[in-house]
Amino acid sequence: MGLLSDPNRRRALISLLTRLNSPICVVCYMAGVAWFMGLAFEPFTLRTYMSENAMGSTMVEERFPAGERALTTGREFSAHKKKAGGMPVDWLVKTMQARGLEVFTQRFSRKLPFPDENKERYMVKGTNVYGILRAPRAPRTEALVLSAPCTPGDSNNQAVGLLLGLAQYFRNQIYWAKDIIFLVNEHDLIGMQACITFSPDSCRGGSIQAALSLELSSDVITSMDLVLEGLNGQLPNLDLANLFYAFCQKIGVLCTIQGKLQRNDWDSVSGYSHSVQTMMLMVMKQASGRPWGDHGLFLRYHIEAASIKGINSFRQYKTDVTTIGRLLEGMYRKLNNLLERLHQSYFFYLMPSLSHFVSIGYYMPAFGLLAVILLLRALDLWVQLATPPPRTEDGITDKEQVSSPGVLSVLTPLVISHLTGVALYTLPIQFQEMAVEQFPVSETEAVVLTAIGVYTAGLALPHNTHRLLSGEGTEQGWRVLKLVAVLYLAVLLGCTALINFSLGFILALTLVPVAAFVTPHVPKVLSAFILVILSPACTLLFSVFFFQELQELPVSFQEGWLLYLSVISQGILDHFLYGSLVYPLIALLVYPCWLLFWNILFWK
Amino acid sequence: MAAPLTLLVILSVTIRAVLYRSSLAEVISERVEVVSPLTAWKRVVEGLALLDLGVSPYSGDVFHETPLIIYLFHFVVDYAEITFMLADVITAVALYMAVMDYNKQVFRKQKYALEADRYPLDCLELIRSPKEMYYIPLKVAMFYLLNPFTILSCVAKSTCGLNNAVIALFILTTIKGNVLLSAIFLSLATYQSIYPLTLCAPALLYLMQRQFIPVNFRRVSFWWFIAQYAFMYLGSLFVIVGLSFFLLGSWDYVPSVYGFILSVPDLTPNIGLFWYFFAEMFEHFRLFFLCVFQINVFFYTIPLSIKLKEHPVFLIFMQLAVISIFKSYPTVGDIALYMAFLPVWSHLHRFLRNIFLVSCVLLACSALFPVLWHLWIYAGSANSNFYYAITLLFNVAQILLVSDYFYAFLRREHHLSYGLYLKRKDGSEATLVLK
Repeated sequence: MGLLSDPNRRRALISLLTRLNSPICVVCYMAGVAWFMGLAFEPFTLRTYMSENAMGSTMVEERFPAGERALTTGREFSAHKKKAGGMPVDWLVKTMQARGLEVFTQRFSRKLPFPDENKERYMVKGTNVYGILRAPRAPRTEALVLSAPCTPGDSNNQAVGLLLGLAQYFRNQIYWAKDIIFLVNEHDLIGMQACITFSPDSCRGGSIQAALSLELSSDVITSMDLVLEGLNGQLPNLDLANLFYAFCQKIGVLCTIQGKLQRNDWDSVSGYSHSVQTMMLMVMKQASGRPWGDHGLFLRYHIEAASIKGINSFRQYKTDVTTIGRLLEGMYRKLNNLLERLHQSYFFYLMPSLSHFVSIGYYMPAFGLLAVILLLRALDLWVQLATPPPRTEDGITDKEQVSSPGVLSVLTPLVISHLTGVALYTLPIQFQEMAVEQFPVSETEAVVLTAIGVYTAGLALPHNTHRLLSGEGTEQGWRVLKLVAVLYLAVLLGCTALINFSLGFILALTLVPVAAFVTPHVPKVLSAFILVILSPACTLLFSVFFFQELQELPVSFQEGWLLYLSVISQGILDHFLYGSLVYPLIALLVYPCWLLFWNILFWK
Repeated sequence: MAAPLTLLVILSVTIRAVLYRSSLAEVISERVEVVSPLTAWKRVVEGLALLDLGVSPYSGDVFHETPLIIYLFHFVVDYAEITFMLADVITAVALYMAVMDYNKQVFRKQKYALEADRYPLDCLELIRSPKEMYYIPLKVAMFYLLNPFTILSCVAKSTCGLNNAVIALFILTTIKGNVLLSAIFLSLATYQSIYPLTLCAPALLYLMQRQFIPVNFRRVSFWWFIAQYAFMYLGSLFVIVGLSFFLLGSWDYVPSVYGFILSVPDLTPNIGLFWYFFAEMFEHFRLFFLCVFQINVFFYTIPLSIKLKEHPVFLIFMQLAVISIFKSYPTVGDIALYMAFLPVWSHLHRFLRNIFLVSCVLLACSALFPVLWHLWIYAGSANSNFYYAITLLFNVAQILLVSDYFYAFLRREHHLSYGLYLKRKDGSEATLVLK
């Protein structure tokens, strides 16, 4: 309590913090970035290890033999798919029944808010087929899911074949303690969502403990890729990744995360940059808030899930389907041993490689160092507002002289910027029909262009505010507004980072400098330029290019721009289809907050 | 002054009415921060359904409100929203009138003291001006009606709003000096949630001060007044309890309401300190710690009453804060009630030391509650420790806030009697240190 109650020490601390405010802020920012970059350095990370006892000690012998037959089934499926021009429901039902499963079908239809140009769909109608393998030795209270998407075209037939092969093999084993649901879903995530949100009595399986989604498009593969990122950046329990890694090691399958192989030369520059690349890919994917595989929606319902993708590249060493079948068999047998849901290991982590992870305790300081800048600036402003300091007082005094003009001059920009945010959130969907009638654009273009239009129109905010406010903004006025905005941003970024660290960190990286330096007294044109460059929309644009760069698929500006437009439309779609929070977060909270800083810049 | 108050009331009723119509209302009424097992509207509806079926509403261990509340809603259940909005308005108007009256007295006292030259000369800047005091009642009403906590509580139809209205009426009648009504409303508030019992100390002090009865244990007039007040209080409590008995025809409600408040069987997370502690504790120690926690709420009455003997209204504020921090099922509605008093002490701002820190923490915690709840309950990635950490921080911030105001109040009083610029014996400038 000494620091809080002793006025002399308080005064010394506060004067130190205000005098050295800018240098401390710069140091904090650099330290935050350095800390984050350090996370990918292998000695600073932890090796993954299996925390769950039920999956650790028991050894499993994998015996799945029928890879070739699975491929034949896959080809048969492909033929029927072509014939039916979509999901071959009848064939699947018959085949699953022949393998002794309880089979159910589920029809669903969904109208998208506007056409999805990436996947060319608008009115979606489809059917999910799932067969339940009843556990012979247990009540029907728990279940595991293995799913394979039925996609148009020639892809993923092998996955369905392997799924059916595994179903046949699993049926003959007696050790299952949990129901296993084999799901073939149409229209990827839309089908998945229909399946999960289905009324529980029709699902007829127990509560789902874990789920894997399998994607396999070739007869042989070179490596298996693990995809973890789910809706809103949620990740499954790390033990699921550990399980996958452990079995890949055991069976001898090459495994990757973010399509990146593990490297052992962490002490070389190229090795370090490799793991930075892997981690940054994970950060970018997590920040997007999209489900990056069909498993993404399970996570929302407390179900640990991941997608496994077979990749066939030009390597010499190939793995056949039998081996993949054995890998899955092993994983399911271990999951079958679970006594409770996976909860022992971490839920918040980043992975610079499949064998190493960074836990929340290690990465949060990077964000904390950035957030501290905001608090320091707020303290500085508070002290400035309290001047002239009373001669006797140790702390902080009232701001009576500003209170009456202050309230209005703070409230008006706050309300106007939030109204702009609401417009950004609602108008694109509302106005698409009108825009299509008026201009020669498609619905999707209309939505995206309206969003960009509203966003840009918001930049005129300072003029609107000044028209409402009579007279010039006062010195105290902008300080109060900035104090409010800085605290607002700090709370906002803090909450975002807790839910989705990557998104919070990327936003902090760009918005914190803005919040720290903006005053009405800095050079207008240059600052306005910097502010626009660091605004959320430009952050997204850079992220698109950076992501392509990380994936080693660099794009030209033209392509990048088109990609940017499609990313915006996908973000809006994700929100309306699956409830992704990124679009409303940006539109309703982050953008208005940024507008407040824009408003401070043009205070006079 | 009536016009701004009317405008304020219209504005706040509009906000509430809009929120009632929006989809948010349902979300809000499920939030554990806003409704407790005692005050949840869902439970009142359940109690009403049982009552309509001719079963005791307390059978089934869902409903824990008092019989008077359920009979009130038996008649006005169709107008529940209006009832809750009305309760908020009554609270605000009662606080408005109470504070207006209190400020008049403060000003009168200050005038007498000035005329009697009782203040040191350098304290003139501590003297309060009518201009500064003019808007305080309006600010109090505004702090109550536009406080997001009150709005949430009202939109969730938490019966906490009704309790607040009763307490506000008690404060109003006390400040107006009406002994009988004060005792009646105090007994009503006690009947509703036990804890307001501790408010009898400030009420007695205030009423005695008003009637110029010295607080002296050796005076007969002192004891006579206490006996009178106790008689009125206990009499009305007896009537209310008896009325409840005759309405229901059984004593079911006593264990179900008061037993529920005191023995804390429902450990649903809330913003209070009880749930985590009692969920983690060995059953063996439960009774002991239950006593410790409950005595804690009542215990502060004694030292605070001794210290703030001359300032009963500030004591009321302190007591309300203590109750809302330490009670067994606190909700944000309770916090809103004592926060409404903050403008009354706006003249203490220059002595507050941690207000910046505390308001930042309170703000951050309020935002973090739903986030951590989401991570714990829906995402499954966090656990109860995360949520409780925020609860703890929130309560620490509240305690800091209250103790800061307490310190500032005492310090101002100190300065008013010893001068603003204190000198040490050697003539250098002195600073006051709290140890």
